[in-house]
Amino acid sequence: MIMLEILSGFLLAIGVFFGLTGAIGLFRFPDFFTRVHSASVTDSMAAVCILAGLLLQSDFGLTAVKLLFILLFLLVTSPTASHALAKAARHGGLLSIPEHKHSVKGQD
Amino acid sequence: MTMLMLAAVCVGILVIMGLALARAFSAPTVYDRILGVNMFGTKTVLFIAAIGFLSGRPDFLDIAIVYALINFIGMVAVLRFFEYTSPEDSKTTHLE
Amino acid sequence: MAELIDLVLLGMLAATALRVIFLRDLFAVVMLFGIYSFLSAAIFVSLDAVDVAFTEASVGAGISTVLMLGTLALTERKEKVTQHKSWLPLLVVITTGGALIYGTLDMPPFANPDNPVHHHVAPRYIEQSPQEVGLPNMVTSVLASYRGFDTLGETVVVFSAAVGVLSLLGIRRRREPASGLASESDNTGQADLSESDPGLRAHEVLRVIAKLIIPLILLFALYVQFHGDFGPGGGFQAGVIAAAAFILYALVFGIGSGFQVVSPNVLRWLTPFGVLLYAGVGVLCMLMGGQFLDYNVLASDPVHGQHYGIIAIELGVGITVFAVMLNIFYAFTSQTERVGQ
Repeated sequence: MIMLEILSGFLLAIGVFFGLTGAIGLFRFPDFFTRVHSASVTDSMAAVCILAGLLLQSDFGLTAVKLLFILLFLLVTSPTASHALAKAARHGGLLSIPEHKHSVKGQD
Repeated sequence: MTMLMLAAVCVGILVIMGLALARAFSAPTVYDRILGVNMFGTKTVLFIAAIGFLSGRPDFLDIAIVYALINFIGMVAVLRFFEYTSPEDSKTTHLE
Repeated sequence: MAELIDLVLLGMLAATALRVIFLRDLFAVVMLFGIYSFLSAAIFVSLDAVDVAFTEASVGAGISTVLMLGTLALTERKEKVTQHKSWLPLLVVITTGGALIYGTLDMPPFANPDNPVHHHVAPRYIEQSPQEVGLPNMVTSVLASYRGFDTLGETVVVFSAAVGVLSLLGIRRRREPASGLASESDNTGQADLSESDPGLRAHEVLRVIAKLIIPLILLFALYVQFHGDFGPGGGFQAGVIAAAAFILYALVFGIGSGFQVVSPNVLRWLTPFGVLLYAGVGVLCMLMGGQFLDYNVLASDPVHGQHYGIIAIELGVGITVFAVMLNIFYAFTSQTERVGQ
């Protein structure tokens, strides 16, 4: 039982760490596409770790099933939303930094 | 011990939510704002789940499921209606 | 610990509200309103009001955001700069806010068990509800049984909202006929609409995921509808979630495909059906010897009668809310064809 608590605490701490680094990356990265990368990858990882940590603390029953459902749902929809956002930004004409430099140089 | 862990997790997720909110407040492009809102929604789901365990009422998990759903549908709606804005506005999204 | 969480959430709420005031881009304002609803629902969760948080999350953050975005697609995206100085409105707001805060100084302390609100009707409901109604979720028993007449009024209000939107906007089935063909049949009209509104068809990943997720959402809506007796949920929330599933389909595949799945004619019949079911249960109670909405007479055992009555009226509320939300969404979204995008 104490092993489960330690493991759960470890997973929760790792999850919060991933979330924090992703949120800090939202500010520190130079370009929108890199920011999307930071936000979405760490989002999925943090969700998996935190929900797995909570799963280890609940007993077999409806609670565990609901947590599993939330986990699967987040795993499926969160990367889809980030992908759709990046694709919409691409369609809207947003350029990444190397392309921006290239287009500016090409105009000279 | 478990309560302390859960409380620390709640505070940590609150900090992350604050950071995502700051990104939604002041964003270089409009897509950054959408990104901030999306991240805020996902973190709120985890926050509700953690609060449910902290207060010993796992009924809250239904609300967490609804949040995840609404976050996804909201993102799809934002992306869908964003295509309808006039061309002048889309020009200003180039690293404005 | 709970106070700290409340304080931080309220602080974020105030910061969001302040930011909304000073933003000119209405698109960002709509998204910040979505965050505002998320935060309000989190505060309700922290205050242990689970059903309210449920409804706020689904209606405030979901449906309102979608409808406001639909409105933005028809109007401008930038807010017009106001021409006048706002010193007088600011003075009025500060005076009124100050008077309100001064008024709250007289109120009893928060969550004190000696407050008057805890001494009149509430203890009777809490003590008698297990014997009289027998449902674990007391919010449902108060909403559906003790205050069932109020809930009937709320359902009628939702229904009249749909009537108002439909009479003002209406649902446009076909494009403006360019060559004057005014009598197209409904089929070709809907095909025209699906051509002119591709939705998000270009996003293949989104299409696949939407097809996977929509059955799960409908299943969850059914779960919330019938689990409302035992946990948070009920008819209103279930109707909103079921409408959200079809709204997702219409967003991803285009409004024309949405019309083919749930046509506006079906919705025109479903919208009053829920209200009729609710009032019909009340009349049935009268016919069986009791008063209006007195569920005790519906079965031989009063507690069973309460259960039957509550299930029936929750179904009525869910059907009406589902049809109304989908009606309003159709009315808003089908207008975008008129702008000529």
